[in-house]
Amino acid sequence: MNQRSRLNLMVVQILIVSLMVALFGRLFYLQVAAGPKYRDAALSIQSRDVVSPANRGLIVDSSGVPLALNKVGLAITIDRIEIDKQPDKGVAVMVRLSKLLKLKYNDVFRNTRLCGELPKGQRAGCWTGSRYQPIPITKEADPDIALQIVERSDQFPGVDAEPIAIRNYPGIAGVNGAHVLGYVGPMTDTDLAKDNGKAYFRSESIGKSGLEIEYDSYLRGTPGIKTLIVDRKEAITAQGQNTSSIAGDHLVTSLDARLQGAVEVALADAVKRGRANGYTSDSGAAVVMDVKTGRILALASYPTYDPNAFEKGLTIAQASDLFSEKKAVPALSRALQGLYAPASTFKSVSVIAAAAAGYDLNASYACPAEVQVGTRAFQNFESKSQGTMSLKKAIAVSCDTIWYRIAFDEWLRDGGLHPKANPNDYFFKAAQGFHITQKVGIDLPSESSSRLADRSYKKRWYDANKDFYCHYKERASKAQQTQFLLLLAKENCVDGDKIRAGDAVNYAIGQGDTVVTPLKLAQMYAAIANGGTIWQMLVGKAIVKTDGTVIKTMTPKKLGTLPVAASTLKFLHGALREVVISGTGAGVFAGFPIEVSGKTGTAEVFGRNLNGSLKDNTSWFASFAPSKNPRYAVVMMVSQGGFGASTSGVGVRKIYETLFGVKGNKVIPGAEIFPGGKPPIKLPKISPATKPKGTP
Amino acid sequence: MSQISARQRLYRRSRSSIFHGFDPVLTAAVGLLLFIGTLLVYAATRDWYARNGLDPQYYLKRHVINIAIGGLLAYGTTVIDYRLLRAYTPIFWGLGVLGLLIVLIPGLGTTVNGARAWIALPGGFQIQPAELAKIAIIIGMSLLLSERTHDSDEPTSRDVLQALVVAAIPVLLIILQPDMGTVFIISASVVTIIAVSGAPSRWVAGLLVVAVLGAVVATKTGVISEYQINRLQTFVNPNADTQGAGYQLRQARITVGSGGFIGTGLFNGPQTNGRFVPEQQTDFIFTVAGEELGFLGSGLILILYFIILMRSFAIARRTSDPFGRLVTTGVIAWFAFQLFENIGMALGLMPMTGVPLPFISYGGSSMFATLIGFGLLQNVHARSRG
Repeated sequence: MNQRSRLNLMVVQILIVSLMVALFGRLFYLQVAAGPKYRDAALSIQSRDVVSPANRGLIVDSSGVPLALNKVGLAITIDRIEIDKQPDKGVAVMVRLSKLLKLKYNDVFRNTRLCGELPKGQRAGCWTGSRYQPIPITKEADPDIALQIVERSDQFPGVDAEPIAIRNYPGIAGVNGAHVLGYVGPMTDTDLAKDNGKAYFRSESIGKSGLEIEYDSYLRGTPGIKTLIVDRKEAITAQGQNTSSIAGDHLVTSLDARLQGAVEVALADAVKRGRANGYTSDSGAAVVMDVKTGRILALASYPTYDPNAFEKGLTIAQASDLFSEKKAVPALSRALQGLYAPASTFKSVSVIAAAAAGYDLNASYACPAEVQVGTRAFQNFESKSQGTMSLKKAIAVSCDTIWYRIAFDEWLRDGGLHPKANPNDYFFKAAQGFHITQKVGIDLPSESSSRLADRSYKKRWYDANKDFYCHYKERASKAQQTQFLLLLAKENCVDGDKIRAGDAVNYAIGQGDTVVTPLKLAQMYAAIANGGTIWQMLVGKAIVKTDGTVIKTMTPKKLGTLPVAASTLKFLHGALREVVISGTGAGVFAGFPIEVSGKTGTAEVFGRNLNGSLKDNTSWFASFAPSKNPRYAVVMMVSQGGFGASTSGVGVRKIYETLFGVKGNKVIPGAEIFPGGKPPIKLPKISPATKPKGTP
Repeated sequence: MSQISARQRLYRRSRSSIFHGFDPVLTAAVGLLLFIGTLLVYAATRDWYARNGLDPQYYLKRHVINIAIGGLLAYGTTVIDYRLLRAYTPIFWGLGVLGLLIVLIPGLGTTVNGARAWIALPGGFQIQPAELAKIAIIIGMSLLLSERTHDSDEPTSRDVLQALVVAAIPVLLIILQPDMGTVFIISASVVTIIAVSGAPSRWVAGLLVVAVLGAVVATKTGVISEYQINRLQTFVNPNADTQGAGYQLRQARITVGSGGFIGTGLFNGPQTNGRFVPEQQTDFIFTVAGEELGFLGSGLILILYFIILMRSFAIARRTSDPFGRLVTTGVIAWFAFQLFENIGMALGLMPMTGVPLPFISYGGSSMFATLIGFGLLQNVHARSRG
């Protein structure tokens, strides 16, 4: 062997040894270093989890009447994997199916598309689950139709029908409750990715809104899981763990089905009444709460939607209507998400401010037609002079000019446009006493915070908008370049960070940038009614296991106490009672056998509707009853509903009629919702068959 | 009588046993691999066949028969007279080329996994001429490069060219199948033999350049079919395709990795029994070892190969016969690159090609060829003592 041969043999040997070392190293990496990772991967290849979702817990009212329960439905499902394999991607099958189910083909098509597959803006009704699970077209199919599909499987490849448990909102006593109860839907990828200590499975439903999402972790229970070991052909070779499902816990609420149903009707009627009187009346909200506990007894928002539609199979039209401006966005819960100027209902706060500032609540004040504030004259409501009157009377007839006067004087005392270092700010402090910017803490998602347009708010607003107003000519659109708006912009640029005289006087009558949710106003009036306690507001009362064991009770927290003298509250009680006796609420409550106290509010709103019309006033009625020993606070708001009394006031009277069992002008014994005028404390027995009292 | 007994005595002296001349370490390593392979073939097919109502021992039985035939071939190759081997080489080569031509004839050759590489025989048997061509090329080249008609100590360019022609004809036919895995293995053997033959270095360097260029040109001009490019691409980007070649490579890697250190135990691998990896008794048999025998078992297989290869290098060094040395290095390169390609594929180091694992994979032609290769090593070993 020559030298070169020997050398080359050596090179070959080294090369081969290194190849062997490479294999050995790689083998070590795969099996020892990365072994656990690959073991998991292998497990997910070999094992199939068959998930049987748990029976979802019921949602019941305070006497056990079911508001949400489960029923057996017939689901017609489409297997995307299967229909995508068909030459026409399943078009023919979907056309046949839509004919059979009397649906639009487009609805069926879109129902079976993953949301990501559709262009933005065309996603309403899309499937939020996975491609790899059967997609339900409807969950409440007619059994005959389901049978046809199963029998003619050659006509419907990839379509299946099977009985499933579906969520049902039975609508007992006419309850819709969509904004409180919410609804359930399929798991989205975001839900699945959420790591909140609970494993979610594709085939489960999850609460999507309202109480269903808030208490989902209790309601959903634990799904049963059967793990099967399969081979490449998905044939089962062995069975792994097998756990059975544990039913979800029930949620007891403080709602009352009969009251809730009546409140919804009263609200819808109020909206219609507003329309009949020529107002836009686009939406509204109503709240009934227990002023002694903070619990919510009824909560409604208008317009609403059918919470059962999601399980029936949402059409494209239904899905896009939910968020359509034209339909006034039914998905929005006005009671906790809508923000509105409180108007004259805010005068209760102004009374507290005046008392704190040392004004004599029992003195008489002038109520002229207008008050000169700086260079501008501020008119009384409907520009009427009402002469001199007691403050109590002024609240009853809702005089504005008295408050302009007081607010302007206090503003001047605090230094006007050049405020003192430590201004008294009686008016702002009175509102802060109500914790006005703090959420009511309701157990429903997406509550909005109310807004107090005080000095710090002005500063924040100015920092954010200064640039725009100081370069208004360049920044604003053509349509915004009117004489008035240009002037306003100039003013805002110069002293937009200051409380101006106009701001101060508008604030005193609940106009301007201060806005509240209907819930917040209810909480405030409840605090006035109960002597000063600001309660957290809750719908849920307790979580009860299927065997009746109580596993959690929800009790509203005391969020604070009004820093108000007892004498002031006493005056306020008298004044608010006077509103209903002789003031703006007198007509509406004429002859009502139960003493009610309250305040009307009619808030001006700026801006235009979609059709170009100017926005109408917000109609408010905030109240509590019985006046002597208040138990309930009732607030109704109708956006663009016109006058407080005629639109909302009438609605509130209807609610009290149901609450106290009043017919005509008489209390019908035994017809009241809560015997003895007290909402129940004891938890009810829970059964899906429970019927409301007074029904056969 | 006395004459006969004298001849017998003579015979016995030269051949004290039928295993005379066998390298015991090499033999033990190969024997162990054959045994492990038998278990793995059985493990790979047993469950799936039983579940589908077929004979669970179908592959086991055939594999054992293959080993028996292969063993006889190995024995024959070991004891055959040296000169006889040389004499038969042209016939052997000619038969190989003929076989490679036959597979290309439609109707005679069968296509498996995109390569027209098999000749179907009656009784469900198939032979793969490319496997036998490997041996013909190795022996043919070694012959031409070790026996010279001139006085030079080294092969001249003319010798190298002749040797290359001997290799090129079958290789071109295999490219037409196309079976690039085998082309790669033969090319590695060819370059190794030429390098060790003492031929001018420019030949070695040149051939390496040609190999690289050839690979590039082949992929660009479509000599390599789309099917094979797909396999290569999924190797480069394994997530590109979840059900095809990339899927298979990923399954293979997961199967090996899931075995962990000690494995799931023979016959107990859920990946193997669920048949998630394709071709598990042939091309992907290493994944069975990976899953069921773990790092301990599959590491042992690597060590056995290492022993065989190192032992063979020792044989190549020890022999004074240039022909024997070249045959040995050719067989070493063949075994080494084939096992690297096969195990590398199972471990995700190499692209997907359909080459069997020497001594382990199920498959008659490959088993016969590797055992003949083993016989050649023994033959050289036996005569290197002389």
